[in-house]
Amino acid sequence: MNVHEYQAKALLRKYGVPVPRGSKVGSAEEAEAVARELATPVVVVKSQIHAGGRGAGALVADSEEAARVFESHLAREGLPKHDKPGGVRLAKTPEQAGEFAASMLGNLLVTRQTGPSGREVRQVLIEEGCDIARELYLSMLLDRSTGRNLLMASTEGGMEIEKVAEESPEKIFRVSVDPAVGLRDFQARRLAFGLQIPAEKIGDAVKFFKALYHAYVDLDGSLLEINPLVQTGAGDLLALDAKISFDDNALFRHPEVRELRDENEEDPKERRAAEFDLSYIALDGNIGCMVNGAGLAMATMDIIHHHGGEPANFCDVGGGATTEKVAEAFKIILSDRNVQAVFINIFGGIMQCDVLAQGVVEASKQVGVTIPLVVRLEGTNVEQGKKIIAESGLDIITGLDMADGAKKAVEAARAAA
Amino acid sequence: MSILLSAKSRVVTQGLGGTGKFHLKGCREYGTQMVAAVRPGKGGSEWEGVPIYDTVADAVEKQGVDVSVIYVPPPGAADAIMEAADAGIPLIVCITEGIPAADMVEVKRFLDSSGSRLIGPNCPGIITPGQAKVGIMPGYIHQPGTVGVISRSGTLTYEAVHQLTQLGVGQSTCIGIGGDPIIGTGFVDALALYNEDPGTEAVIMIGEIGGNAEQEAAAWIKENMNKPVAAFIAGKTAPPGKRMGHAGAIISGGKGTAEEKIEALEGAGIKVAPSPAELGVTLVAAMKAA
Repeated sequence: MNVHEYQAKALLRKYGVPVPRGSKVGSAEEAEAVARELATPVVVVKSQIHAGGRGAGALVADSEEAARVFESHLAREGLPKHDKPGGVRLAKTPEQAGEFAASMLGNLLVTRQTGPSGREVRQVLIEEGCDIARELYLSMLLDRSTGRNLLMASTEGGMEIEKVAEESPEKIFRVSVDPAVGLRDFQARRLAFGLQIPAEKIGDAVKFFKALYHAYVDLDGSLLEINPLVQTGAGDLLALDAKISFDDNALFRHPEVRELRDENEEDPKERRAAEFDLSYIALDGNIGCMVNGAGLAMATMDIIHHHGGEPANFCDVGGGATTEKVAEAFKIILSDRNVQAVFINIFGGIMQCDVLAQGVVEASKQVGVTIPLVVRLEGTNVEQGKKIIAESGLDIITGLDMADGAKKAVEAARAAA
Repeated sequence: MSILLSAKSRVVTQGLGGTGKFHLKGCREYGTQMVAAVRPGKGGSEWEGVPIYDTVADAVEKQGVDVSVIYVPPPGAADAIMEAADAGIPLIVCITEGIPAADMVEVKRFLDSSGSRLIGPNCPGIITPGQAKVGIMPGYIHQPGTVGVISRSGTLTYEAVHQLTQLGVGQSTCIGIGGDPIIGTGFVDALALYNEDPGTEAVIMIGEIGGNAEQEAAAWIKENMNKPVAAFIAGKTAPPGKRMGHAGAIISGGKGTAEEKIEALEGAGIKVAPSPAELGVTLVAAMKAA
């Protein structure tokens, strides 16, 4: 789960990580008022959406323009720059802060990470401007190969760390944290020296890094990124931007984090799926998929692609799905208007084929399916499952195996297109 | 022959809820020695003839168990793994899905100083066809034989096994290593065991997007493996930044893509199935070529 920058900063502030002063607002008037209160020579007006690249992004009025700007300026590197205002702007007066906020609120911000649809800006963060001497990078993440958390820093702030890793790996410093003892001072110092923090500020840097580590561990973060981490003219460290992703598996023990979820940032179909404990991700194709198991669900998308089709979604109904859950998954898949055929691929282990078949038949009758439906069943209670489908009176195409089912679904979608 | 699990294995079930009971029965019907269960506070009672103990240590002492299978729900699963390791159980199989990564960081550290091997979590378990099954896979699709199967995914493993069995190719031992970012036994650990096992002639390895375990396995195979290996990577069509069901299946910052993994595997001389419908035939082709 992701949160907005203003929420991430509020959390970090609680743990003693220095962040700029500021407030989140939802209107131009509030923006002006906050800017007046901050009373700094400049204030920063920052669009709050769950995607990076905001500064270089483009504010546009509608989705057509968003798609156009994305394709010609943001889709990949090397494209010419756009002439639209970006999602992060410096305002010299409170009035200007209000103006900028008004230009953002209610409009779409399209960045290289949002894709062609962009995201609506519903709130902006107004912050004090800072005297930036240097821009650095800092992040905390899980290192899968060691099974430990890793604190990573770089002198190249503001850049994507993947790019730094590729171009100048010697500028990245890492320390691996032993969970038995936590982040130690000597490790934090090593990073600070790597970042060329002046000697008299090393103590502050150690405090900063340890506060960040505590926030990450306490809140069950899966990624915490401060990019840029800035050193001000006075030598102080400040988290100028902050991104936190939380471990979904640990949300059960963090009700305070769960409350920060912004449903506007999520696909409505994905949100509904989550309510029913289904794993669903919307994609761009026209063949809906319903599968049990994440690996098989990915493989099903792959095989559709392999036979010349495009999957409309990833959908894992899980191991112990009930009839209701299957019916709900089916409805969510059908609610995607791009879907022109559905491929149900089930290998029953814990999931029993008869339960699946019952769910599909019930849902089909409830919603009245008008598009071709291909079903491939294998595994536990497969005969009972096939019988339920055969006797349902529904027009269902049988996939003999995975490849046969995928081919038939691709053909059916093509015929319907 | 087989690795890790045989007809002699004596298994304790930790977490005797609905799921645990259902699969305890299923494993017993398959022929596995399901000789004990642990339910704190219910020690001294029994369920369907299986004695229940308060602690894993008791089950070890009274029943001589050497394998534990864990169905304990996520909040208590890490603790259950550590209890099994503390009791000296050599093989711990954790089926539980949804354990917080931070808990697994601690588990991994704890296991470092124990003699236990963990399989999973978030996995279907392990089966040595015809001898014993510990986990949730449908037993009947398997057939005893000489091909080792290792996979990060559950149902995709069933697909691979089913295809092999349909081709008349039996399996020595099949291991679902799990779909989480932190797991106990990885590809390389399992490959090393198959390499040493006289009962295994070839291995099929099923990976997916996220992390770089497949690349590490490819490098290891190139250096050490003396048996043919076939592979498949799920998630070619997965978009970056989205978690595809498994917590571990996410392409982050352009890393962990299917293309990178396939390139590494092919670079190590491993045959990679072009589609998930060709898992079985790709393995057979790899065996013939060897």
